[in-house]
Amino acid sequence: MHEDHAEAVRDVSGEPRPHQNAGHDHDHGSELSEVELRVRALETVLVAKGLVDPAALDAIVETYETKVGPRNGAQVVAHAWSDPAFKARLLEDGAKAIRELGYGGRGGEHIAVVENTAGIHNLVVCTLCSRYPWPVLGLPPVWYKSAPYRSRAVIDPRGVIAEFGVHLPEDTEIRVWDSTSEMRYLVLPMRPAGTEGWSEERLAALVTRDCMIGTGLPLWPDAAQ
Amino acid sequence: MNGAQDVGGMTSFGPVQPEPNEPVFHAAFEPRVLANVLATGVLGLWSGDASRFARESLPPPFYYTRSYYEIWLAALEKLLAEKHLVSQDEIAAGKKLHDMQDMPLKVFRGDKVAPALALGWPSERPATNQPRFAVGHRVRMKDINPPTHTRLPRYTRGKSGTIEKVRGCFVFPDSNAHGAGEDPQWCYNVRFSARELWGDDADPKISVSIDAFEPYLE
Repeated sequence: MHEDHAEAVRDVSGEPRPHQNAGHDHDHGSELSEVELRVRALETVLVAKGLVDPAALDAIVETYETKVGPRNGAQVVAHAWSDPAFKARLLEDGAKAIRELGYGGRGGEHIAVVENTAGIHNLVVCTLCSRYPWPVLGLPPVWYKSAPYRSRAVIDPRGVIAEFGVHLPEDTEIRVWDSTSEMRYLVLPMRPAGTEGWSEERLAALVTRDCMIGTGLPLWPDAAQ
Repeated sequence: MNGAQDVGGMTSFGPVQPEPNEPVFHAAFEPRVLANVLATGVLGLWSGDASRFARESLPPPFYYTRSYYEIWLAALEKLLAEKHLVSQDEIAAGKKLHDMQDMPLKVFRGDKVAPALALGWPSERPATNQPRFAVGHRVRMKDINPPTHTRLPRYTRGKSGTIEKVRGCFVFPDSNAHGAGEDPQWCYNVRFSARELWGDDADPKISVSIDAFEPYLE
């Protein structure tokens, strides 16, 4: 993915926050293997009791490892940029319009699409858990599920967006969407200038995951060449 | 509940740390936890709302120091123990030690996964009454503090906002999490100015919205 702003953030982020990625730090080998063993033991018992079907487990993992991800959302955005009638349907009922492109289902039964304009920037968060539009963006990244993002996106959205290397003009209105119900959100970013006549495939390459959450902007056309 | 999950407005967790080229999973156990949580969720013994309640009622020191999938694992173990399906001694032993009671179970079969995930589990329900509020209405969030599951974040309680959209009639998580039925309720998108939420020093160009169920509003 094009997480182009992330390196800059690392430079200014100061002290590392070990607990944010607890369990993801491969230096803690023994702690990790304890969890691994526990999960393996639990799965063994669940299978032995007939509560889960191993084939179902494998199919679920395969779905989220290989089939569902932010390339789906990028196609939705590129199509909306190219087809005004689709864009109108998308803003009216996100999940229904997204179905037209073949995406939908678990974690995206209800999706609202919110549009960035020259004066308005949208930012999506879930302060209570980790609601995220799975069929179009895949599983949420660790930072989206972590306390630093979930806590501050609603009280300091400008600061949070800046931590991704995005500096919005001070007079830009920021609308934060806290995903407190089964309605999940997808940001429709502004189409970059200089992309007139581009195919949807070329446009989709400009659409980063973060720009569909509101913590990023689409790539500049030059960057995608 | 006023649990560890309700973090909106806290400022003490440090900066957000995006990870370049982040993989979908960071350890081999993570996809297994995801799969087992989704598969057992289909058994019909608890709702997704009950799963969320199991996570948010974990002790805060645990919740704040474990990774996402470790929290999911702990909540799954809790639900399995509550339903007498899998006990802690079985997880420690890594094998089945006790028989289960006979009960109707909808085991998620491998061939059902793709169609079921593609369909999802919509939570909108046919309305049986008229919505009390309409777009443009000013509403105040009730100051409620239930020890049970709720989707009204603390930072909005007692605050006033404007209804931007009537979302429709949806399963009410506050009831559904506790086996009290789906109890469908109207849901509204309510927008608050940052000044209403955070005081007069807040940026006037910022607003925050939530999707709030009718019983939360007055």
